[in-house]
Amino acid sequence: MLTRTQTWWTILRISFEERLVYRGDFWLGTLMRFLPIVTQVFLWGAVFAGMGVAAKSGTSSGQIGGFSYHDMVAYYLVAMIGRAFSSMPGLASGIARQIRDGEIKKYLVQPIDLIGFLFLTRVAHKLVYYGVALGPFAVAFYLFRGYFSGWPPAEVLVAFLISLILAFLLGFFLEALIGMLGFWTLEVSSLLWIYMLFNFFLSGHMFPLSILPAPWNTIALATPLQYLAYFPAAVFLEKIEGSAMWQGLASQAAWVLFFVVACRVAFARGVRRYSAFGG
Amino acid sequence: MSPRPNYLRVFLTFVRNSLIRDMMFPTNFIIESISSIGWVAMNLALYILIFNYTNYLGADAEGGGAWDKYQFFVFLATSLLINNIVQMFFMPNAEEFSELIRSGNLDFALLKPIDTQFLISLQKVDWSAAANLVLGLLLLGYALPRLDGFTPSLLAFVLYPLYIALGVSIMYSIMIGLAATSVWLGRNQSLYDFWFYITNFARYPLEIYNGPIGNYLRWALTILIPVLVVVNVPARLLAKPFQPEYTYLAVFAIVATALSLVVSRWVFRRALLSYRSASS
Repeated sequence: MLTRTQTWWTILRISFEERLVYRGDFWLGTLMRFLPIVTQVFLWGAVFAGMGVAAKSGTSSGQIGGFSYHDMVAYYLVAMIGRAFSSMPGLASGIARQIRDGEIKKYLVQPIDLIGFLFLTRVAHKLVYYGVALGPFAVAFYLFRGYFSGWPPAEVLVAFLISLILAFLLGFFLEALIGMLGFWTLEVSSLLWIYMLFNFFLSGHMFPLSILPAPWNTIALATPLQYLAYFPAAVFLEKIEGSAMWQGLASQAAWVLFFVVACRVAFARGVRRYSAFGG
Repeated sequence: MSPRPNYLRVFLTFVRNSLIRDMMFPTNFIIESISSIGWVAMNLALYILIFNYTNYLGADAEGGGAWDKYQFFVFLATSLLINNIVQMFFMPNAEEFSELIRSGNLDFALLKPIDTQFLISLQKVDWSAAANLVLGLLLLGYALPRLDGFTPSLLAFVLYPLYIALGVSIMYSIMIGLAATSVWLGRNQSLYDFWFYITNFARYPLEIYNGPIGNYLRWALTILIPVLVVVNVPARLLAKPFQPEYTYLAVFAIVATALSLVVSRWVFRRALLSYRSASS
């Protein structure tokens, strides 16, 4: 058990240091990522102005799907935090590539578990990311502070934090599972494209899902993708409160569990099919 | 053998070769086309959703500053056409250009008896972007007859393709200028992000940039980096009745295009002068 912990710790530390090497223009890059929100501020400003509402004062009468103009801008900002936790750039394509070129066999001969290794690497990368990105995020949130109506109560903050961690887990195991499909099809990039398409829309990255009209919102809110960005943001902005909030967290956790198991099963089955291409 | 290459024939060869290359993997081509249509369809869904809640984008409906649904769809179609022409002809090449600089393979382009900027800018054509061009035309054809009490004049229809070409030229200039800077920077991943984020501002009518910050932004994105005239001028031609106060913008678009092309050509040549072949 001790040696196992030591192994995990070493993997975590190596990934940590590996990640810190590249931090050059990272700061500026992260800050620039907020530029699209500037256009969203103006776009939704025009939408609410067109609705004939005093958009600037954010009066409660002019709402879209329970969101006022200020809520809408705040939503995009908080959803970005959710995405920072749940997005896993290169995870699925990386797994698929390792299957294709045979690199994956190193996990089969060494006493390291593939999913565990990737998980720790990802945790380390994310920790470094938050450490460095905290600055740009703080600057952006400070600049946009007028769109928030103060901090939510402690209970909500706790739920928000839990939902972010669950969003990270969900994002990881969901994408890892897609990568595992590489055992069966070898080429997952086109599948990944379609997944990204749906992810962008159904995670609520594009707009809060609650503004969808009647049949569509039910469909959108039934998928696990909403927990990647929409749900955490809606919790923070107190659009989902009380028992609905805790129920949401529970089903988010259930989805995580589902994908953990699915990922394990896929890996176990996939390895049996695996024919070790490459040198 | 003529000393001056026939540029049109060379270009047509590029077009043909790229089509042959794309058709070698037909399934991949179809999937790429479908997924790029998918992205556009989702964007369209968002705007349909928005116009479920409001009749106008912007408050100034009487002054002509607000855009209604079909006017905005004309805007969107114009934006689609311009962006996908850029995507089809220039995007893959600009990406390739930084790679050529990094790897030192630019040597081979420099040796060829043809204008280097021409060769670098047009070598590859991304045929899968054509799907979105068709989508843009369909959207235009859908929205135009539905414009409320207004039919664009014949002159507008004549000027429209011209202004599309001007818009494409501005976008191309910014792109090739940014790509050329990789000579000095070595790697320019964040410059592509920069390209994406800057052109993101061009996707909306300039009237939405309101208030003190908005006015400043509108000014900067018209004069300094003229991305706001790219879609706004041609879209306004077809979507809205003629307004004399916008004539200056239409004239300015011509000046801005000329300047952009000259500046980007200058940056490109300076970049080539600073190029020191790598790894040989």
